[in-house]
Amino acid sequence: MTVKGQSWGRYPRADQRLIALTDRHAPLPSFEGSALPHGNGRSYGDSCLNHDGTLLHTRGLDRLIAFDPATGVLRCEAGVLLADILDFAVAQGWFLPVTPGTKFVTVGGAIANDVHGKNHHVAGCFSEWVNGFELLRSDGSRRWCSPSENADWFAATAGGLGLTGVITWAELRLRRVRGAWMNVETHRFSRLREFLQLSAASESDYEYTVAWIDCAARGDRLGRGHFIRANHAPAGDGPARPRRRLAVPVTPPVSLINSLSLRAFNTLYYHRQRGRVAHALTHYEPYFYPLDSIGDWNRIYGRRGFLQYQCVVPPEDAEHTLTDLIEQIADSGTGSFLAVLKMFGQRRSAGILSFPRPGATLALDFPNDGHATFELLERLDDVVAAAGGAVYPAKDARMRADRFRAYFPAWETLRPYLDPRFSSGFWRRVTE
Amino acid sequence: MRRILIIGATSAIAEATARQFAARGDALFLVGRDASRLKAIADDLGVRGAVRTATASLEVTDFAAHAAVLEQADRDLGGLDTVLIAHGTLSNQRECEESVETLRREFDINALSVMALLTPLANRFAAQGHGTIAVISSVAGDRGRMSNYAYGAAKAAVSAFLSGLRQRLQKSGVNVLTIKPGFVDTPMTRDFPKGALWAKPEDVAKGIVNAIDKGRSVAYLPWFWSLIMLVIKHVPEFLFKRVKL
Repeated sequence: MTVKGQSWGRYPRADQRLIALTDRHAPLPSFEGSALPHGNGRSYGDSCLNHDGTLLHTRGLDRLIAFDPATGVLRCEAGVLLADILDFAVAQGWFLPVTPGTKFVTVGGAIANDVHGKNHHVAGCFSEWVNGFELLRSDGSRRWCSPSENADWFAATAGGLGLTGVITWAELRLRRVRGAWMNVETHRFSRLREFLQLSAASESDYEYTVAWIDCAARGDRLGRGHFIRANHAPAGDGPARPRRRLAVPVTPPVSLINSLSLRAFNTLYYHRQRGRVAHALTHYEPYFYPLDSIGDWNRIYGRRGFLQYQCVVPPEDAEHTLTDLIEQIADSGTGSFLAVLKMFGQRRSAGILSFPRPGATLALDFPNDGHATFELLERLDDVVAAAGGAVYPAKDARMRADRFRAYFPAWETLRPYLDPRFSSGFWRRVTE
Repeated sequence: MRRILIIGATSAIAEATARQFAARGDALFLVGRDASRLKAIADDLGVRGAVRTATASLEVTDFAAHAAVLEQADRDLGGLDTVLIAHGTLSNQRECEESVETLRREFDINALSVMALLTPLANRFAAQGHGTIAVISSVAGDRGRMSNYAYGAAKAAVSAFLSGLRQRLQKSGVNVLTIKPGFVDTPMTRDFPKGALWAKPEDVAKGIVNAIDKGRSVAYLPWFWSLIMLVIKHVPEFLFKRVKL
């Protein structure tokens, strides 16, 4: 069966055959052409698509294997969602040591993209907390890969975009928490320098730090936003978990995000907080996953979808580089409701192709307005490349091959570990 | 805590339903064909909160083996409160038209094996005077259609059998639930666009648990299939035979 599939950005589209994996002990099914593991499809661009090839759907591998409530060590199949883990672990006092901004990603996907969270400066990437995983290759071989056993395969597969084989199951270390609540402190800041100062000052005492910035503000207001720092709260009662889940029911023909709605929203959002500092006790769900409560939020960008852009730039000249980037974005009049800004820490990532590295990371969405959008992103790439930064493959649908190779100079060391029968739209685009 | 026997425990709907039971802390006995898949599911249910899980392999068409497995489940759980029968195959209609052998095999799996399992179970439940017997039939049993009447006829037999059993066990305090799912989305196509009629196994599972808790007799899942089938059942035969369904 050939199916037209999309990634989370709803751009590009690809025709591919689907094969469901449901038994971790079973051999890989036979397929023609190339294959690619596909979890819950939360990657934004074409790194989870395989036009004219096969997708090996791993969501059917969604069984928990063992959990030790004394040590927090969890074994589970690769198609388990982070949401499934939180559902049973939080009540027992355990939490994900690293989580991205959506809990609807699979464990296999989190490893394959070596995802990061708001605590990168203290906890590093997802793979730092992975004791090991089983890698199943198209030649039928199975390998247990850990930082000590088949360590080269571990490094190639963590962040390896699913190209080294299928992860069937993994062992993770969870971290202790005393409850489901977070102590959250929000600081309004009016320029980028303040963000950098707040970040530096918060690093040692706050586990989670992130900022929302107004990407539509220009001139004096450029780089204003809210800096949010948080720690897990000690046990005790907090506000109840929010229950209602909204959803975007249809895809509008055109994007609802335009220069007018963008400026209005960002201005309102910036001013929603009266004082400079606000404190709140918040359930972990709205804190970590603000957009997960709106089902199919990616539809608001209309039928043509959107492109996310996430880059990291070195810390030395971060203020100057970020100013350049935000000026380009503000001048274009496009961009998302609020951009996300965060300082990565010094921790080295385990994976050859892992994205995080020391510096400032900026992420935002752009409605797909065709040529103009691609030109803007190209200009942003000019700035990022000149500064010696990188763009995140999991969120990319358009970076040039020469850019990718400059951002990830170690990419060729991945070659011997690639499964010869695996490929993706992204990989063909940046390597062929 | 309920003591629950599930036959056909590796099916997507059964597995999703078992997870609902596990999260409530029930005890589960899982029966299926493939021992390694049963083990994977049992481990999962244990982590999710089941107080006890055990498994047994069974080929449902091996009628002689039924009694031992039912006995084992009863002994292992210390009695049974609920049984869910969920096994089945989606028959290939064309092959059933060409081969009597295939037709008979499909009937053995989808109809006869179910009735055979229900016979001793019904007696056991009647004797104990309480419990729920839930069986997954199908909307396909409500009216034969050219595209799958072999499967539909087997499910019709099961639905009629359950209807009679329900009447018989009414006075014993045993509830008999006929579950009629419509189109159910499998892991393979979960994230890809499909019509509004498709339901996820998790949603069907919630409907099953809810129907068991409420002591319902027949549950169309999702509910709107009761309306769809109401219409389909009442199309007059002279019109129905001209329609391609």
